[in-house]
Amino acid sequence: MFTKVTSGEVQTITIQFEGETLVVRKGLNVAAALLEAGVKQFRETPVSGQARTPFCMMGVCFDCLLIIDGMHNQQSCMIEVAEGMKIERQLGMATIEFNASAEQGL
Amino acid sequence: MPDYDVIVVGGGTVGMSIAYGLERLGKKTAVFDQGDDAIRAAVGNFGLVWVQGKGIGSPEYADWTRRSAELWEQYGKELQEQSGIDIAYSRSGGFHFCLSDEELESRTSQMSQLAEESEGDFSYEMLDRHSLLERLPAIGPEVKGASYSPLDGHVNPLLLLRALHVAFKSKGGDLLVESVLDITFDDSVFTVSSTSYVKTATQVVLAAGLGSEKLAPKLGLTTPLYPQRGQILVTEKTAPFLDYPTSLIRQTGDGSVLLGDSHEDVGFDTGTSSGVMHDIAQRACDIFPYLEKLRIVRAWGALRIMSPDGLPIYDQSTQYPGAFTATCHSGVTLSAAHALDFASFIREGELPFSLEKFSERRFYVH
Repeated sequence: MFTKVTSGEVQTITIQFEGETLVVRKGLNVAAALLEAGVKQFRETPVSGQARTPFCMMGVCFDCLLIIDGMHNQQSCMIEVAEGMKIERQLGMATIEFNASAEQGL
Repeated sequence: MPDYDVIVVGGGTVGMSIAYGLERLGKKTAVFDQGDDAIRAAVGNFGLVWVQGKGIGSPEYADWTRRSAELWEQYGKELQEQSGIDIAYSRSGGFHFCLSDEELESRTSQMSQLAEESEGDFSYEMLDRHSLLERLPAIGPEVKGASYSPLDGHVNPLLLLRALHVAFKSKGGDLLVESVLDITFDDSVFTVSSTSYVKTATQVVLAAGLGSEKLAPKLGLTTPLYPQRGQILVTEKTAPFLDYPTSLIRQTGDGSVLLGDSHEDVGFDTGTSSGVMHDIAQRACDIFPYLEKLRIVRAWGALRIMSPDGLPIYDQSTQYPGAFTATCHSGVTLSAAHALDFASFIREGELPFSLEKFSERRFYVH
């Protein structure tokens, strides 16, 4: 579906998507890197549960929302991939979770 | 025959609550409203229906506030049925957090004074950190304790205003969207005029928020007021995590989190400032550290309508007994009392002794 536009030497980095390790090109935004890796479904809407995939790739459609390093509602087309980044699909509503053992030092 | 029984000047939460209450009693009522360009506390409000902490040293205000909060349950239902709008009212009790031992000590003595002055009608609990953790495990290490009152609740203030408009009109009330330019009295009839309307009524209620002070002298009243700014931050929407309103943080039915409770004297400036926004966000994150994971998407400033002593003003003109003034900074909390009680006082043509303490005569220089 997509054609790579590259010139010269390609540098790669490693990210995690849904627990799976992916080697992606350095410098890409997260949405582009995942699309290139063959990921089709990104988020599911909170209202109808429909699956979504990036549409505008320029920060206006919000269909590329993902959970990146634990933060919900991240516009993945506006964020550059980074080594070791942990990425998950955002299914339904964004949540903030309280982790008792981590936050109270228990 | 005058055009109306009553003309209410001001279509914010206070004016619309009284006007809806009057239509509910069968009074033919019109509201003059400046429109959406007005400096309107009703659209900048935090949305608490709040009892705890109000009326310390003023038992009449504490009583009036509790009375309204009690009426709210029935009133909220009625308004929803009447308007078909879900105003997201709930009363789960509310918390006020204390972030230092001094704050906790001062809150403890304030709540105890309030309970004493209300002769047992104000129910509340003081919670130390340990007991608070059992109810709200997500509080941060800075939180020393909290006061909790089961009397507190919250509502969507924008939908409340909308519901009042719809319910008022469905009862036959007329909304005239123009600024009032003049009010005159002749032969037992008030004439209220704007650019294109001239309407008459037997009674007039001035409920124009910060605009009341300018119109009051036309009715032989003064209604002294000043604006006090509060800033509010709104986060992105998130799944429900907070079942209770609090004095600083509340999650709306839509999932947004509202953060607020600042007080500034900056005249009629409805803007925001980074220092105050920082302090609000910092305190909110001290209370619930995981709030730092949410992004702020909007912020605004809004002006509270304050009398010199912070209490409401309810009065009747001695010069023109058919003219009344009504103003307060807690228009949402007092909405039920305004619609159900205050409207019936207007119908009776006289304010009761229980509102005597709220007369603007308390500000007259003797």
